[in-house]
Amino acid sequence: MDNNFKQPLSWGCPIDRVEYGKIVLAHGGGGTLMHQLIKHVFEPAFANPFLQQHHDSTILDMDGIHLAFTTDSFVVKPLFFPGGNIGKLAICGTVNDLAMAGACPMYISVGFILEEGLDIRTLQKIVDTMKYEGDCAGVSIVTGDTKVIEGKSGDGMYINTSGIGIVRQEPPPSPFQIQPGDHILINGDIGRHGLAVLSAREEIHFEPPLESDCASLGTIILAMFENNIPVHCLRDCTRGGLASALNELAQDSQLTFIIDENQVPIRDDVRGACEILGLNPFYVANEGRFIAFIPQEFVSETLQLWKDLEPESIPKDIGVVVDNRNTPVILKNTIGIEVSLPMLSGEQLPRIC
Amino acid sequence: MKYIDEYRNPAITQQIINEIKHTVTRTWNIMEICGGQTHAILRFGIDLALSPEINLIHGPGCPVCVTSVQKIDQAIYIAQQPNTILCSFGDMLRVPGSQTSLLSVRGRGCSVQTVYSPLDTIRIAVQNPNKEVVFFAVGFETTAPANAMAVKKAKELSLKNVSLLCAQVLVPPAMVALLSDPYCQIHGFLSAGHVCTVMGYHEYEPIAETYKTPIVVTGFEPVDLLLGIKKCVQLLEQGKYEVQNAYPRAVKREGNIPAQRLIHEVFQPCDQHWRGLGVIPNSGLKLRPEYAEYDAETKFDLSKNEGLEHVSICIAGEILQGKKKPIECPAFAKQCTPENPLGAPMVSNEGACSAYYQYTRHNNAQQ
Repeated sequence: MDNNFKQPLSWGCPIDRVEYGKIVLAHGGGGTLMHQLIKHVFEPAFANPFLQQHHDSTILDMDGIHLAFTTDSFVVKPLFFPGGNIGKLAICGTVNDLAMAGACPMYISVGFILEEGLDIRTLQKIVDTMKYEGDCAGVSIVTGDTKVIEGKSGDGMYINTSGIGIVRQEPPPSPFQIQPGDHILINGDIGRHGLAVLSAREEIHFEPPLESDCASLGTIILAMFENNIPVHCLRDCTRGGLASALNELAQDSQLTFIIDENQVPIRDDVRGACEILGLNPFYVANEGRFIAFIPQEFVSETLQLWKDLEPESIPKDIGVVVDNRNTPVILKNTIGIEVSLPMLSGEQLPRIC
Repeated sequence: MKYIDEYRNPAITQQIINEIKHTVTRTWNIMEICGGQTHAILRFGIDLALSPEINLIHGPGCPVCVTSVQKIDQAIYIAQQPNTILCSFGDMLRVPGSQTSLLSVRGRGCSVQTVYSPLDTIRIAVQNPNKEVVFFAVGFETTAPANAMAVKKAKELSLKNVSLLCAQVLVPPAMVALLSDPYCQIHGFLSAGHVCTVMGYHEYEPIAETYKTPIVVTGFEPVDLLLGIKKCVQLLEQGKYEVQNAYPRAVKREGNIPAQRLIHEVFQPCDQHWRGLGVIPNSGLKLRPEYAEYDAETKFDLSKNEGLEHVSICIAGEILQGKKKPIECPAFAKQCTPENPLGAPMVSNEGACSAYYQYTRHNNAQQ
């Protein structure tokens, strides 16, 4: 081979500082940028003790009755994906946020933002799904609003929901109830929702198709309270996946979680798709998965209860809580080495080559 | 899962780690070329498990990191033209050019579309006959066959509205550039398994011989990486300067000949500008004259995009060259994070700084 490159290398700095004066998509990704936005823009403006709860819902004391109150917005594209649609997501997502705060979901409000040109039959289908999912979860949609905006694509639709429920466990599950020695349980396999939406949006087809795990979790959570299982904390593993949920709770509780990768259930088709695309399933979104922090003596009872309620699922005890070790989440990986499992930074993107 | 589980087997990985421990007698600097390997090493904690004598240094094999500012400025210029769709792999969007990034101009309404395959560009061009559709073709030899296929497909379909902005780079000339540096500290290389799947490894044999540096073709799973490291250490300890294949289930000496034919049919070698490094002779690919109509550089007037690089405290150049580790950079995890990257290796999913950040080696450094 010719060698006509005899000069010493003079490598310079490749790029200048990026300015984030404007919102970028990663601000909505559930990772570090979104947390910065909350910390630097929303919290200083709205600061109050309720926001300090750092939970999926806020617990409000209404003359001695504890209510959980939550809001969420749904902007998924495409509107329909294997295993669900934007309407199912909206109802399940709101029900789940209430359930994670230890509440029985009761009432939901729905705001529709519709783009000009949206087919009314599409809207009808989504509304019917919402009615069905609401009935299944035992919630009523009791107030709503509709706005229409100019749209480029002609098929756009966004949903905002709020929900309230009555707290069923005192003290309610919260990040601040987590204790060293608690076990971390997950109710099933991870990564399906994110891949189902990705495959629908980018037209990457898998055989058989990957279906979203989107589901209401109200019943399974309430069953834990009815069986007097002392639940220290609950969190659904939505945007940012299991890894982000673990990191948020580790930071709020000021404790370290040790997760055994071999115990985290991931279906082979999901693993395969993630390997092909260069994605890490720990960061892929779920819509029907949650983690529960439970004292060790209640672990087998909880797993059995979940299995009885959802015979198809593979609930697992994936890790334990220990005193703070400077690293929020430690993953004992498949080859037996302990590495950090950090919060997602930026967007998760497929590798190039 | 087959082809995954057996290569992440804890007993086998531990056995190879022990074998390396018993083989090594002194410090060896081994560079893995490919950013995908860097990420796998950090993700699985292989650097933490190896004997301290093995110093893994991270090479420039990250297409996002080495694409020149000028090319990014050209892509941004194209995206800003009316009736144009610029298609790119997602990773490229956040890398700033001299003024802005593709992500920023997309935020301001320019049509920048993320694709997962160059062939998606052809579909988009068919669906948008009144728009110019340009694919930002970055990557090493691994992406070249699919890019060539897209160009051939465009010709087959007689598409007039599609072109490639070509920033393809080649591994062997970059290795020669690294080894020619009088201050080079690299004792051995793990060469990139994906690249060798396409190109084979015969072209590395003269490099190993000329520069007295063993080169081991290496895969991406923990067992693959450890086997590559073991073979490289064995060669170094024996003073043998040859090429060995530690990834035989994917790589043959001659490579994938139909894929190589496709590359040579559509592309020809050219000098390429590497970000932070400058021009390396014959280290890139450009379209052959018979495919010139698909060259974005002939369709658009890109002469005004000079793409000057900025100077700051970032030491990306030394990191890409393997002279320093990301944690040695004064800005690492302070001013420079994936959200606010000062250098391209912090931007890309295949960049070394991003790998160190993601797998929080900075926590270890602080302890």
